[in-house]
Amino acid sequence: MPDPIYQFEVKRLIPLDVFGIDATFTNSALFMVAGVLLSFGLLMYASRGRSLVPSRLQSVAESIYEFVAGMVRDSMGEQGMKFFPLIFTFFMFILTLNMLGMVPGFFTVTSQLWVTAALALMVFVIVIVVGFAKNGLGFLRLFVPEGVPIYVLPLVSLIEVISFFSRPLSHSLRLFANMLAGHITLKVFAGFIIMLLGAGGAASAIAPLPLLAVLGITALEFLVAFLQAYVFTMLTCMYLNDALHPGH
Amino acid sequence: MDPQSAKFIGAGIAALGIGVAAIGVGNLFGQFLQGALRNPSAADGQFGRLIFGFAVTEALGIFALVVAFLLLFT
Repeated sequence: MPDPIYQFEVKRLIPLDVFGIDATFTNSALFMVAGVLLSFGLLMYASRGRSLVPSRLQSVAESIYEFVAGMVRDSMGEQGMKFFPLIFTFFMFILTLNMLGMVPGFFTVTSQLWVTAALALMVFVIVIVVGFAKNGLGFLRLFVPEGVPIYVLPLVSLIEVISFFSRPLSHSLRLFANMLAGHITLKVFAGFIIMLLGAGGAASAIAPLPLLAVLGITALEFLVAFLQAYVFTMLTCMYLNDALHPGH
Repeated sequence: MDPQSAKFIGAGIAALGIGVAAIGVGNLFGQFLQGALRNPSAADGQFGRLIFGFAVTEALGIFALVVAFLLLFT
């Protein structure tokens, strides 16, 4: 059976060495650039006319904007709109890369742990910086919830601190593992078809069954690709909301 | 026991955790639907919270999956 992990191999395309730092242009970097150019180009092209009655493509761009703006307003209120460019960039970047990964033979950048870890750490640092800049030491109220009896407060604070510092871990692992597991499942089921056909006879007759499964899983993966982009950005909103309004 | 087979058994046991997370996610959506059918007008406003609960619940299952992957591929 073909190795289902092979698709995640990072290949060196243009070896590059910047003052001792390995800055090789890999297939991962290639797809990241492609994703950025694709989302940027689509949005720029869609909003070139800016007519009052939107064209078909313009209404796509507008509905993406409204979708993310609604998410930001719901979770952070009107003052959260300052962070809209950041949130929108995260959403478009992850969504485009997830969807690019669904094209057969294409590399899925978000199935690399270091990419999602960098994104999650970025969110983590932004939350800490914004929290302290907005509230000063009042940001630490995040770890001291109101209305908790004094004798369980140390325990609750400890749990809050642990949950705060495990955020980047779960934030990055969720996106990474969802994309990784989905693509491995697709490859494993595709491998079943080849194995059944290779076995010949009665086994070949049931080869269409895994093919149907692959079809279903592919549809599910498109849902997961969108849902994980949504979940990542919504958790970013929630964490930023903690930074803006600690102690709630 | 052969270390290689011990690894595979360990990965299999770790994968059980995903099933337990599945109970949690199923429970979550079931309870949401139960509430949503009682008061459909309030359901749309709670979609964000539903997805948040889903994400947090699912993360724990994902950790089990990562343990299984670590055992299998490292």
